Amino acid sequence: MSGLGKIIGVDVGGTFTDLFYFDEKNRQFQTAKVPSNRGDEAIGFIDGLEKLGQIADFSSIVHGTTVGTNALLERKGAKTGLITTRGFRDVLEMRRRDRPKTWGLWGEFVPVIDRDLRLEVDERVLADGTIHTELQIDQVKEAVAYLRERNVESVAIVFINAYANDANERLAVETVRALWPNDHVIASCEILPEIREFERASTTALNAYLQPVVGSYLAKLQQGLDHKGFTGSFHIVQSNGGVMSTRTARRLPIRTALSGPAAGVIAAASIAKEAGFSHVITGDLGGTSFDVSLIADGRSVLAAQTTIDFGLVVRTPMIEISTIGAGGGSIAHVDKGGLLQVGPESAGSRPGPVCYGQGNERPTLTDANVVLGRINADRPIGGKLQRLDVEAAKAAIETFIAKPLGLDVMRAAEAIIRVANAKMAGAIRLVSIERGHDPTRFVLMPFGGGGALHAGSLVRDVGLKSALVPRFPGITSALGCVIADLRHDQVRTVNWMLNQLDCAALDHLMVREGQAAKEIVAAAGVTVDSIDVVYELDMHYMGQTHTIAVPLPVSLNGSSTGINADVILKAFEDSYRQSFSRLLPNIPIRIVTLRSAAIGRRPAFDLAALAPHAGADLNDAKRGQRSIWFGDRFHEASVWSRLDLPIGAQIMGPAVLEQDDATTIIDPGMSARVDPFGNILIESVV
Amino acid sequence: MSSDLDPVTLAVLKGRLEQIADEMDATLYRSAFNPIIAEARDACHGLYHAETGATLVQGTTGLPIFVGAMAFAVKAVIDKVKREGGLEEGDIFLFNDPYEGGTHLNDFRLVRPLFREGRLFCWLASVGHWLDIGGNVPGGFNARATESFQEGVRIPPIKLASKGHINHDIITILAANSRVPQSNYGDLNGQLNALDLGEKRLIALLDDYGDDIVLQALDAFTLRAETLMRATLRALPDGVYRFEDRLDNDGVVDEPLTIALDLTIQGDQMILDFSRSSAPCAGPLNIARSTAVACCYVALKHVFTDVPANAGCLAPIEFIIPETTLLGVSPPKPVGGYTETILRVIGVVFGALGKAMPDQAMAAPFGTINALSIAGQRADKSPYVMFSFFGGGLGGNPETDGLNHGNNPISMATIPPAEILEASYPIRFTQWALRPDSAGAGFHRGGLGAIYEIELASPNDANVFLLGERGKFAPFGVNGGGAAALNQFHWQTEEGERSPPMASKITDVKLKQGQRIRLQSPGGGGWGSPFQRDPEKVARDVRLGYISSARAKSDYAVIVNEAGEIDQLATNRLRQERAQ
Repeated sequence: MSGLGKIIGVDVGGTFTDLFYFDEKNRQFQTAKVPSNRGDEAIGFIDGLEKLGQIADFSSIVHGTTVGTNALLERKGAKTGLITTRGFRDVLEMRRRDRPKTWGLWGEFVPVIDRDLRLEVDERVLADGTIHTELQIDQVKEAVAYLRERNVESVAIVFINAYANDANERLAVETVRALWPNDHVIASCEILPEIREFERASTTALNAYLQPVVGSYLAKLQQGLDHKGFTGSFHIVQSNGGVMSTRTARRLPIRTALSGPAAGVIAAASIAKEAGFSHVITGDLGGTSFDVSLIADGRSVLAAQTTIDFGLVVRTPMIEISTIGAGGGSIAHVDKGGLLQVGPESAGSRPGPVCYGQGNERPTLTDANVVLGRINADRPIGGKLQRLDVEAAKAAIETFIAKPLGLDVMRAAEAIIRVANAKMAGAIRLVSIERGHDPTRFVLMPFGGGGALHAGSLVRDVGLKSALVPRFPGITSALGCVIADLRHDQVRTVNWMLNQLDCAALDHLMVREGQAAKEIVAAAGVTVDSIDVVYELDMHYMGQTHTIAVPLPVSLNGSSTGINADVILKAFEDSYRQSFSRLLPNIPIRIVTLRSAAIGRRPAFDLAALAPHAGADLNDAKRGQRSIWFGDRFHEASVWSRLDLPIGAQIMGPAVLEQDDATTIIDPGMSARVDPFGNILIESVV
Repeated sequence: MSSDLDPVTLAVLKGRLEQIADEMDATLYRSAFNPIIAEARDACHGLYHAETGATLVQGTTGLPIFVGAMAFAVKAVIDKVKREGGLEEGDIFLFNDPYEGGTHLNDFRLVRPLFREGRLFCWLASVGHWLDIGGNVPGGFNARATESFQEGVRIPPIKLASKGHINHDIITILAANSRVPQSNYGDLNGQLNALDLGEKRLIALLDDYGDDIVLQALDAFTLRAETLMRATLRALPDGVYRFEDRLDNDGVVDEPLTIALDLTIQGDQMILDFSRSSAPCAGPLNIARSTAVACCYVALKHVFTDVPANAGCLAPIEFIIPETTLLGVSPPKPVGGYTETILRVIGVVFGALGKAMPDQAMAAPFGTINALSIAGQRADKSPYVMFSFFGGGLGGNPETDGLNHGNNPISMATIPPAEILEASYPIRFTQWALRPDSAGAGFHRGGLGAIYEIELASPNDANVFLLGERGKFAPFGVNGGGAAALNQFHWQTEEGERSPPMASKITDVKLKQGQRIRLQSPGGGGWGSPFQRDPEKVARDVRLGYISSARAKSDYAVIVNEAGEIDQLATNRLRQERAQ
């Protein structure tokens, strides 16, 4: 892709496929929302693209996907085999000796690879990297024959202590590939050369389990695009918020686990930064969940691992996103003790809330919003339904909430909103206050279909500075696909003591890792302004098990990084002090893991392109009045067409701002202002 | 409902208060130095009633057994203040006395009053497991202790801080009595951080809502828990349900110990009577009364999962735990092996309740901690102590087979990875595997236990200590389900393999370079008749190697070869025979 082109971001979610089109040359954009086609997502994908123009004209498509996550949750991956060290085939099934719930001992775990497809071979590496037992290649060959006989499609190879020396593992993977030409063979050292056998085995096994599924999905999309004459570049968003080539995605599909949500956070960070805010909490309210993520100093926090479902652990750097079971479809009920609860049970998008009229009879958060007049029943988002059934929603709240609690129906609906708000506020406090961040310095960026309905209450409940509602809350993730940089992460466990550090060896390793990551980014086929290489060390005091992430103030510069022990010590002590109050000066310090990332900076996306027209006029935006219930009574709220509001417009609550992909509520006592990028800033007036 | 508070405010306050306790937990996990807190989360925080010490609010992440024990710890401080007076704002009490606050000497409690306008409003408390507090065995699990003095240093409730000023002499005394003073000091600071944070958050909440509203809400939560518990009990048929189980021995005298429960349901009340249990024992398998109550609470929470975690749920329950039993001992009876005893108590509560509600009955989990220490010197002569405890199978239940390789009901602790242990200590795992044929047979079979085999890699000899159970009496099945396999421990000597004379308890096993120890943990008991289990599922278990074809035949009456192919005719015939 040279110079200016036509980029499309596509976020395929469980309910809707969102698209954001941007013509860089003419600085024109367009959005679209089409129903996702569950099971054959490629159809919705192509349909959506065609809504926005000739596919052959597009120069670049960047895709956020949940295909991998869904395959894991629904256990629809490929038949996979495992080859591992003698004595260890059950690591994957034994996990870290946990259980699904704190209270209650029922439940079981079925690993993604059955026990009879997990084979052991003689080989052994020790913790210091010494080879204790040479690999018995004949046994690997027998294993291959056994797995092929059983129609296995993909193979994971995980040897104990391979993070310390991968020679045996590499020999095994070469042997398998030589015997069995198959793209879906992966060794743990190729994906996560990091200490902790269960986490490494799980990540490698889940990757192998997904390779055929994600591979065939991407091939199908590519085929569809080829068929329409598309000749541009096609990329995938990773869980770390960076973009990768489809070639890398086919090899490392596990890195797509949080693809879509990560794109949303990237967009939020970028929008907020342009608007002048570097401390942001994002809140994505969808149909079944509320996803929260924190951005401090313009940077999102990367988590080292996540659990997709009980026992399905993925360890690969990903944007830290906390999820609670509170979404528009979350069901409200009164528990046995007489307390009102919202979620975690959800009606999802099918059958969905009662007001959708698709068969669910129990009231949801969306039903409460409809009954209170906060959602316009005549203008449902997404364009699938004509009208929402307010009376049915009312009846459901009456039966299931109002009567048991002895409230009238409006107060019961208000109660549902308050309990849901309290849950969401709790999730925000967990990622902010609990981690030592002062909430008064943060703005909330609500997005997803429902986030902006609850922004005002969340700002007040948590004590946040204000809320910034992006121009297109409902397609934020698709926008993120267009904005995201390219990125490739590498990790390597070293276990070196700082006081005995061979700096030349560390420097050499950093150069090698950095260059490898850089080459992958450079080969992705997208124009970038620059490729930065950044390094981080996981370190701790000897004797601790947890590590802290220590960003290093050096970068790849030719054949050296300029690292030395003093720089590392200072960086470690700075990071340690940020997390805990006191240093432990007499205890030796250990470097556990080196993390290297290459980031290909995409040309800056000018968000001003989204701003309202110069000729926009406040009067043209007015849509009239509507009665909306706040607190204990109806208020007359002004209603506005959000996208027609001019820059600088100031609207006092109570008010409601409507647009196709989302509804924004301005509570009484709060005001909204349109900023130069078309975002809405909501603040308390008091 | 006694309170005038609207249900919505109640729901909001419940979430906010629980979150304060959760945040206290998280603060300690992150800032603790020892892995038993940092990784295994052996800690707990909460808010407690000003006058009674009763639990008002608990976090959702704390160690289950502490959730029940904390009220006793706070009560011990309240009693001290009543006796001696002198409570002031900024005071912090510290102690590890297991006879006052439950559990064992490693668990240090910090209790701090919260004042509002000069009056005591409630207590905040923190408990965490410190790595070592002296005694004969590194890490504290001394299987041969006959007095608590051999288990470590006992500290009764004392003021660590007066009016906000910490008495550093106490910290000096603590440091002088531990093999790992630095680790303990780090944990103490972590607990202090947690209390600071809890106080700050609670004051903010009280300022927001007003003290009266919060007090009303706390009362309402307690009442609701009680109401819910009474409703739950009322739904059970009245009667006396008896259940017994046994411990192998106390580590000193090789005689079985009985834990016997007579559980009476009477309307909306329950009596848990342990009078028929064995007398206090010579070794460390005794527990204090507070520990016994706490573990009953844990058992009840696992069965009645929707009853909230506060004192209200214990209101309709009467405990009969005579001092003449090993479940209600006084100082200086040793209690260091309390983990094994409480697992058996929890098991008999499951067993007795299972008789009252057979459709909800759950078979026994593996039921032993297997606290293992390996101590010695590395090749470079530096000393090390590796301490870990191990997993096993959970019980079959009405919904599912038991979970393979789970943790015990009293904790959510995860096991350290083999690679971390190998990188830290001179050992090599030669096996880390599920243990075939270790689960109790059943319509829903138990989960599988595990095999851990460890080889000493250092040229310097090591000493091995194990405190385990279930070496003689297997985890039971229910509703016709079978028992699981026994716990087994072996070590190599120049004369061949040995196993402990006291089943799963041993101190000072000498191990040389290249010699191995092997621990094989029990699975869970089975649920329902194994003859009713779908033969296809049995065949799958054989194909996956969970059970042998011999056991498929003897336990399930299914004829299947190792490849998992069923001989349908022979199976039908055998099942018919067994049915008669």
